Amino acid sequence: MIQYEKMIFELSKEGRVGYRLPQDDFTGLEAGELFPEELKRGNKAELPEVSENQVVRHYTNLSNKNFGVDTGFYPLGSCTMKYNPKINDEIAGMSGFTCIHPLQPEESAQGAMALLYDLEEKIAEITGMDAVSLQPAAGAHGELTGMMMVKAYHEARNDSKRTKIIVPDAAHGTNPATASMCGFEIVEVPSDQTGGVDVEALKAVLNDEIAGLMLTNPSTLGLFEKNIEEIAALIHEAGGLLYYDGANLNAIMGKTRPGDMGFDIVHLNLHKTMSTPHGGGGPGAGPVGVKARIADFLPKPVIVKEEENYRFDYDRPLSIGKMKGFYGNFSVLVRAYTYILTMGAEGLKAASEMAVLNANYMQARLKEDYVLPFDTICKHEFVLDGLQGTSELDVTTLDVAKRLLDHGYHPPTIYFPLIVHNALMIEPTETESLETLDAFCDAMIEIAKEAKTSPELLKNAPTQTVIRRVDEVRAARKPVLRWSKEENHG
Amino acid sequence: MFPYIPNTDEDVRMMLDRLGISDVDQLFSDIPESLQLKGLLNLDPPKSEVEIRKHMHGLADRNVSGYGTSCFLGAGAYDHTVPAIIAPLVSRSEYLTSYTPYQPEISQGTLQVIFEFQTMICELTGMDVANASLYDGPSAAAEAAMMSAAANKGNKILISATLNPEVKEVVKTYMRFRSIEVVEIPEADGKTDLNAMEEMLDKDAVAVLIQSPNFYGVVENLEGVSEAAHANKAHFILMQDPISMAILKTPAEWGADIAIGEGQPLGNAISFGGPHLGFIAVTKKLMRKLPGRIAGQTVDLDGKRAFTLTLQAREQHIRREKATSNICSNQAVNALIATIYMATMGKAGLVEVAEQSAKRSTYLKQQLIATGKVKSVYDAPFFREFVVELPKSAKEINQELMKQGIIGGYALSGEKENQMILCVTEKRTKDEMDHLVQVLEAIL
Repeated sequence: MIQYEKMIFELSKEGRVGYRLPQDDFTGLEAGELFPEELKRGNKAELPEVSENQVVRHYTNLSNKNFGVDTGFYPLGSCTMKYNPKINDEIAGMSGFTCIHPLQPEESAQGAMALLYDLEEKIAEITGMDAVSLQPAAGAHGELTGMMMVKAYHEARNDSKRTKIIVPDAAHGTNPATASMCGFEIVEVPSDQTGGVDVEALKAVLNDEIAGLMLTNPSTLGLFEKNIEEIAALIHEAGGLLYYDGANLNAIMGKTRPGDMGFDIVHLNLHKTMSTPHGGGGPGAGPVGVKARIADFLPKPVIVKEEENYRFDYDRPLSIGKMKGFYGNFSVLVRAYTYILTMGAEGLKAASEMAVLNANYMQARLKEDYVLPFDTICKHEFVLDGLQGTSELDVTTLDVAKRLLDHGYHPPTIYFPLIVHNALMIEPTETESLETLDAFCDAMIEIAKEAKTSPELLKNAPTQTVIRRVDEVRAARKPVLRWSKEENHG
Repeated sequence: MFPYIPNTDEDVRMMLDRLGISDVDQLFSDIPESLQLKGLLNLDPPKSEVEIRKHMHGLADRNVSGYGTSCFLGAGAYDHTVPAIIAPLVSRSEYLTSYTPYQPEISQGTLQVIFEFQTMICELTGMDVANASLYDGPSAAAEAAMMSAAANKGNKILISATLNPEVKEVVKTYMRFRSIEVVEIPEADGKTDLNAMEEMLDKDAVAVLIQSPNFYGVVENLEGVSEAAHANKAHFILMQDPISMAILKTPAEWGADIAIGEGQPLGNAISFGGPHLGFIAVTKKLMRKLPGRIAGQTVDLDGKRAFTLTLQAREQHIRREKATSNICSNQAVNALIATIYMATMGKAGLVEVAEQSAKRSTYLKQQLIATGKVKSVYDAPFFREFVVELPKSAKEINQELMKQGIIGGYALSGEKENQMILCVTEKRTKDEMDHLVQVLEAIL
């Protein structure tokens, strides 16, 4: 089945159908006469003509060409590829959640609103914030919401000089991209020798033009920012706000909270920390939490509880406005809520502790054969700087990653953070067994040996996958972005 | 013990030994003492599967939903048929539990689905290039506006008064922080006032954004909009319902530069408003300005057809602060659903869904007018939704309908508080519509 190579369009045959609709009688109504010619489409859209069972077989075969967490170990740093519990999917699929219209009368959707309200309170508790909005659709969307609130906050105080956002050089690419979308200028600060923010460099850029600082803690190097209290104090003294990128929250649940560290705004990635499936690139959910002084700027509507009833409050004059349609990615939120309820305080704490233990164990096992630039306790992930003696070898970090595919693993995140040139960023999560960690480390060590003895094994890898390495340059230079008969049959 | 954490006490001891420490807490000694939580978080005790099912059923039962209710509400989320094959295919964990397809060798499933999705969206819209999807329709409108603001000189965008209010709100939010003024083109008789638009268009406009079928369900005649926008070096952004595209003139046929829309009607559950998906498709000229993920066809080392994410030079992880957008994820699962839906309904089925929706909504409108108690508000071609004038507040009427197991239409407010936008898809049976007419006759 692995050799399946068809496109859905290539299965199409004129006159074949995969559907059947109800046939009520509306005598006297002709569809063709409902619209004047000038409003009608010229030619029909060339969608496939296939039967239902062909559709099933096609997409089942395609799924076989994919690798997910349910297939095997997926230590993709910064992405928290933990197991996605099946009970969460079952609950999210209940018709009492999937078949409700976002605009039906509030009194007929009280269960959904109670769920959202309670989830907001739980996220506030986990992060140490005062108020939460569940509206943002993804982490980057939460960041955008957060940066807009930073801008709105300063504007409301008529503090119009604050046009700059500080971003550490180890930050996710979304941080500068997001701040820039809101019209902020980016000021980059370097990391110091221990992998933290260089506090002296930070002091040097602080002035009354600073609107805020975006920080991930633990950082993208997997290291806890030990100077966080001093950094928070410096930013606040300068009149700025502290923004917490929640990508790495899986390291610290129940151990410490961004709110207690001094952060004013946080976003979470529920598809990372709260175990909702990544789905091959979404949908995610990126709730934002804020301190009380920022609460008026949250997206609208806000859910309000009055006695035992819930309602949407749209009367929010300082709100940044709406970020997306309706209230957020509801069925993702249902999954995250289910997860939090099934884990409880002890479970979330245990998850973070085991995620950190697993990462430190792997770090200890791999540092002989790979360069460990910051040899210290890590949190939920760690970054290696390629193979020991890389400069004498003929292989790259990319080759190591591709060779891991032949061993049946999804590779770690590579070449990120940018400040570690040969980066391999490894995040095991808490849901992997010691046997899995050991087997992966064994494979990494074997690859390190192969790099010296038979580098062609790495350079030719992968060979055990449905396709070999792809020609990325051709894809970008001569873009083919849709199927067409001509392209595929000369 | 927790079912998703496999380490045993013995495993933990062995790992701690290897690290030369005695307690997991030592791994958190880098967190300053003053910031370490002393007790447990204040959350409910963990629930077992039995307990969580019971709890969640309790919440779900407090929502009015599913069979036994007929839904005549649309306004941005539509109750179309969801074919049975979608749920089992989409729940395949090879799709569901994978990340963004950064490693093409083990992600050909996801990548080919995106490529097929892009192809189908190009077919529907008639445009040259589509991306892998965006968060939803309203945010797709905002991203399109951001594209125009980046590509064209100017400091304002014209948006039609007949746009869905959710879309207006989201566009206004994004534009406020981009320092672009949002100017509303007035409506005339349920349509965009195109004469007013021509007068308002000048060199300061980066784009004109219009929706058709619009919020009232009216199908707009957009003859001349493209020419007027282009004469002022502005883009024409057309937001159009994907089902309607099966039979109505496409964004490409109207001369749009950017086509966007809400993809939820393509087989996605309403789910209290999300996750849905937005789609965006553009002319070839704008290809390198598209936000979000794009899959492209190429070959592997053996010359075999293969797919990969491409044109990544646009994106945040390469361009950082110079990126066209900060978007990383798309709505991959929702796009997979839309792809399976479009494949299943196919060339003939999507046309039939559109025609049946048009026919059924026309039937309901005729039956309602025939009661003599309900008036038509706009006398123009409409698709799936139409506005009626009632003798009393639409909100009050909705409350009475709800008592009869009917979710009424969208109640307009202010001067239009007696008006309601009713929606009829191919799913609403003749019996359901006749019942609505009877109940309304009794109420009014």
